[in-house]
Amino acid sequence: MTATETKTQEARPGFKVMTLLEAITDAMRTEMRNDDRVVVFGEDVGKKGGVFGATLGLQDEFGEQRCFDTPLSECGIIGAGVGMALYGMRPIAEIQFLDFIYPAFDQIVSEAAKMRYRSGGEYTCPMVIRSPYGGGIRGGHYHSQSAEAYFCHTPGLKVVIPSTPADAKGLLIASIRDEDPVMFLEPKRIYRHGKGEVPLGEHVVPLGKGRIAREGKDVTILCYGAMVHVCEQAAEEAEKAGRSVEIVDLRTLVPLDEQIVLESVKKTGRAVVVYEAPKTCGYGAELSALIAEKCIEHLEGPVVRVAGFDTPFPYTLEPLYMPDVKRVLAGIEKTFVW
Amino acid sequence: MTARSKPKKKPVARPAAKAPARPAPKPAKRAPAPGPKAVPTETAPTGTVFFVLEDDGTVARGKDPNLPRDVLLFLYEQMVQVREFDRRMLMLQRQGRIGFYGPILGQEAATVGSVAALEARDWIFPALREGAAAMMRGLSLTTAISQLIGNELDRCKGRQMPCHYTFKEGNYYGMSSVIGTQISHAVGAAMAARIRGDDVVVLGYMGDGATSANDFHCGMNFAAVYRSPCVLFCQNNQWAISVPCSKQSVSETIAQKGIAYGMPFVRVDGNDVLAVYAATRDAVARARAGDGPTFIEAVTYRRLGHSSSDDPSKYRDEAEVKAWERKDPVDRFRRYLTARSLWNEAAETALKERIAKAVNDAIAAAEAVGPPADETLITDVFAQVTPQLREQLADAMAVAGKRVNDGAFPL
Repeated sequence: MTATETKTQEARPGFKVMTLLEAITDAMRTEMRNDDRVVVFGEDVGKKGGVFGATLGLQDEFGEQRCFDTPLSECGIIGAGVGMALYGMRPIAEIQFLDFIYPAFDQIVSEAAKMRYRSGGEYTCPMVIRSPYGGGIRGGHYHSQSAEAYFCHTPGLKVVIPSTPADAKGLLIASIRDEDPVMFLEPKRIYRHGKGEVPLGEHVVPLGKGRIAREGKDVTILCYGAMVHVCEQAAEEAEKAGRSVEIVDLRTLVPLDEQIVLESVKKTGRAVVVYEAPKTCGYGAELSALIAEKCIEHLEGPVVRVAGFDTPFPYTLEPLYMPDVKRVLAGIEKTFVW
Repeated sequence: MTARSKPKKKPVARPAAKAPARPAPKPAKRAPAPGPKAVPTETAPTGTVFFVLEDDGTVARGKDPNLPRDVLLFLYEQMVQVREFDRRMLMLQRQGRIGFYGPILGQEAATVGSVAALEARDWIFPALREGAAAMMRGLSLTTAISQLIGNELDRCKGRQMPCHYTFKEGNYYGMSSVIGTQISHAVGAAMAARIRGDDVVVLGYMGDGATSANDFHCGMNFAAVYRSPCVLFCQNNQWAISVPCSKQSVSETIAQKGIAYGMPFVRVDGNDVLAVYAATRDAVARARAGDGPTFIEAVTYRRLGHSSSDDPSKYRDEAEVKAWERKDPVDRFRRYLTARSLWNEAAETALKERIAKAVNDAIAAAEAVGPPADETLITDVFAQVTPQLREQLADAMAVAGKRVNDGAFPL
């Protein structure tokens, strides 16, 4: 079942139909009620409720001490967040767009990621860095990037990307409760793209566990974030042409659920990796290498990457840049004909 | 330049700091009690340096804070211990027994005086030359030297270069080597303390070079915007490796950078332990009373190289070093104590013997400890070791067959 399919459904008891964005707010609200160490801060997150509205209502409910605006400084937001975390809080820092995170890169890579290791476990950094990422909103260079690979390449960071409203809530709650720093990257293209049932109250989706978004037997697509929905549409099309497609939604890039990846690829013998970041050294390259290293003997064809271009993110030609249904279908075919 | 340059503009007095809203808690054992005098902060750049001790250790009339005897002796003994520890560790490095060392010779008063002004529950965010703070908080010499060696007793588990102590029980944070990042952490911890309603003040250190770094700006601004209960303390030792302070910034003083952030600031003689203590004590009191952060510039001098890997004779004049030797913080303070009959030759000898024995014993104990277990290569990356990391270590160990690191890199 895709997220869009539930659009017109009534929610079952104990669930509520919401957008991915609403589910993120619900996760923060739930944890702020559960744990008074949880604080939310960033640019415009207070009265305005965030430029996308992810923190709407939080300052009203929890006050300015626990949901507050910051000066316009990503470095300061993350640096102060690290200080709060090692003091014993559970900070959630919002970076308005992932494209603007680079001033904080040093604080994330050199400090948050290494705090536990470098202090021999004395100091830790249980902090969530939330940020909308990815293309599909006509945001040009600076409101569209997919920078997940930088963070996946940094030991000490967990990297989480939801693709459905229910996962967004469950994974965010798990991230807030996690003892380590988590990059929680939100595919803004699907913030309001259809709704889905989300459990009310307590809902935890453990980190490090992928999910089979669609079962199939001929070819595996590995993907995450907004690309899951593109791949689901492509799978429908492929099915008509007689290709049975399995889709693995990774949900957590670090730590990766290797088992679900390898089991699926061993079953189908074919793998397409879909991601919207620049192709070279993207996360899909890691997945391709993993498959080559651990189950090459099961492969019936080459591992194919369908990805963004090795260019800065374009404005007008965004539709050409982004992997779409046609390119995914072409990728699937390449695993059969080579 | 000298520490006490002539004021170029008339000092503008700032109203005396408000009294703390609640009575200050009882000082911990041996922790110095607050003295009587308030240190005026500035609201405009003056170049004035607050001091108590003259270079010869005498005190101008009316300036003596008259600290209790046990406080004075605590300050002095700590400074002597810091100096002796420093000298011995540099020797160990020269003998190849530790890999690196960042000496603090000449800056003992700045660290000791400021840490002594805190309560035990207050937090410390050090930079490279405040390792003595960890030992003042109770980190044993053996554990400290174990950090320099990187052995199994090292609290960092052999993962950091020397001089990166960590000591959580003492609220002493384990720094990175990145310049200035700890400033934002200090401010964030102070923001957290305020949100939690804890009666905790945070002291965050930096060097003069760090005032050029991103986190100086972020940290100062956040500290002021949130009125966080912290003291940001710059040890201006005049040199950032080979770059003199004059090339780091053309501000007349580093202290005056506080103006831009709306933060009270004070410039203090960093080689005068009584002045450092008084300025920090007042700043801590302001923070504790809810009056927000203070920026302190301690004007001091790095008499040795940046580290054991640096040769300062390549970039600075020896005459400058000699000039600063005359302002030696330990000698000045000893003369003060001696003039008050609180110290004498016999006490000095006994103290030095005691410290020498303690350091010798600690070196012997630390050198007897082996390296951290191989498993520690992969622990503490995350709270739980991931399957990927287990696999990576198993692969390496299967080939190595024994300990991978036997103490030498075969290059």
